[in-house]
Amino acid sequence: MKTRKTLAAVRGYAILTVLAALMFAPIYYLIIGSFKPSAEVLNGFGGFLPVDLSFNNYAKVFASLSSDSTGYFLQYVLNSLTISGVIVIVGLVINSMAGYAFARLEWMGRDKVFLIVVILVIVPFESAAIPLLFMLQGERDTLLVQIIPFLANAFSVYLFYTSFLSSNASVEEAARIDGLGAFGTFVRVVAPNSKPVFATVAILTFLSSWGQFLWPSLTTSDPAVRPLPLEMGAFSGLQPVDWGAVFAFGTMLVLPILILFLAFQRFFVQSVASSAVKE
Amino acid sequence: MSTSLPAREGATAAGPSSPRPRRRNWRNRDRLPAILMSLPAIVGLLVFVAAPFVVAIILSFFNVHIGQVRPPQFLGATYYIRLFTDPIYSGPFLRSLLNNFTFAIVVIPVQTGLALALAVLLNSKLRGMPVFRTFFFMPVVFPMALVAVIWRLIFERSDSGLLNAGVHFITAGVAPAQDWLGSSATAMGSIILLSIWQGVGFQMIIILAALQEIPPDRYEAAQLDRANAWQRFRNVTVPGIRNTLIFVILLTTIYAFRVYDQVYILIKTASANQDAVQTVLYQATSAVFDQNNFSLASAITVVFFVIIVAITLIQRALLRQRNEG
Repeated sequence: MKTRKTLAAVRGYAILTVLAALMFAPIYYLIIGSFKPSAEVLNGFGGFLPVDLSFNNYAKVFASLSSDSTGYFLQYVLNSLTISGVIVIVGLVINSMAGYAFARLEWMGRDKVFLIVVILVIVPFESAAIPLLFMLQGERDTLLVQIIPFLANAFSVYLFYTSFLSSNASVEEAARIDGLGAFGTFVRVVAPNSKPVFATVAILTFLSSWGQFLWPSLTTSDPAVRPLPLEMGAFSGLQPVDWGAVFAFGTMLVLPILILFLAFQRFFVQSVASSAVKE
Repeated sequence: MSTSLPAREGATAAGPSSPRPRRRNWRNRDRLPAILMSLPAIVGLLVFVAAPFVVAIILSFFNVHIGQVRPPQFLGATYYIRLFTDPIYSGPFLRSLLNNFTFAIVVIPVQTGLALALAVLLNSKLRGMPVFRTFFFMPVVFPMALVAVIWRLIFERSDSGLLNAGVHFITAGVAPAQDWLGSSATAMGSIILLSIWQGVGFQMIIILAALQEIPPDRYEAAQLDRANAWQRFRNVTVPGIRNTLIFVILLTTIYAFRVYDQVYILIKTASANQDAVQTVLYQATSAVFDQNNFSLASAITVVFFVIIVAITLIQRALLRQRNEG
């Protein structure tokens, strides 16, 4: 019996290790490639070998993006940070308030309005992108145009709604009886007790806004307002392609999120998963 | 569930109040704060999600280009008819539709199945599972624009591409180097592979969380009944996570139809086989980028939307039916 268990464990570890190696290989390839000369990157299995490592590629990214016509690398970082930051913070505020109003307050038409929100959850933003571009053509090449369509988010409202619905109502009732209004109760009692759902929505919103590609590609051409992923796409299309530099660009694009993820991953994985399982 | 009179959506607090059972006093004072609190999100959703859809329908019936001098002409359903019958439009459009369906039909079962398999493996009582979970989840934080660039090099057509090196190694040099993204036979498969790599971890952690909610005594009972591993999986695991699986399948379906970023980048910068990988959204943006034709793009958008809603509804009905049966 014991040997059978050990055997099963060894088999389990073996399968998991192979799968983990396959999943990690492209990430390792990216990071190690960012420190190697281009010829060493595109070199069959040689691409995995840590040879000729240097920071040259990183210097090249900064050097080739250092004029007004090409834009500046730090400018792109700042654009992406501003866009994602505003979307996450404002999004948390307005979508959580709406989720609370739908879950806990009673008002006329609430259930009908909420039904519309639920229907909007399945509408992909992509299907609104073209007409929205038409509606906002006067706002092209601004940071604002990359932010406002994503502030209100039906899925976020829905996640907040399910979380607030299943939270403990008696504390709230006590606060209400003590004379706190609906808004006060939400700000002082409900929100501080709902950190996991705020974290989940923040994470999901940040991931999708940091990676935005379609909408900025439709609405921006000015380097002063373009976000990182779009520039990364353009950078990899330059001829001749300098793969080392492209990988350095890519590493800088993902490294901040990767570090955040590794630092908070226990929390990150659990909060995202538990919010989804509540369905 | 308590509103009895039809109320105008988004109406102010000044609207007629409906007769309702008297609740505790403070409930009645909630109307104004409730409307103020939900208003920003509701207005945002109406303006940026609902209104564009109406605009798309209107645009699709006219002839609209940016910067056109003449006023737009009313064309009726011309663009819709052309999309399906005029070879100039229907050729690429129907091919894109087919590509979307191919992508979805492969990705939905494969990605969900793989996510389920990984989650079951990670749900064992062995030590060190969080480490493996980290590896499987990591690609999820990668923006698709970056994923496309990394995999473009893996799929590189020359001998120096990673995948070609791998095939060369496995077949001991017999198989020649393939142009994975350029050949019509393998281009879609390549896009599917990189998409699954990026997305599977997300489904995996949702399923894993559901697996951990299954009460252990159900497995113990199955063990007592001498159920083997497969029977336990079939009769305990799958029923225990059925609702989560349905959620994951619906989510994956919507994502599968939205595929765009990787397609666009790989066509534009890696000369991927356009015919084989273009999708409906790619068609819509090309109509804008290449032809400045908002009406055509809007017609495509409307068809895209109708397809997504139809598939979601059909899937729901089917899955619910099986649930009850």
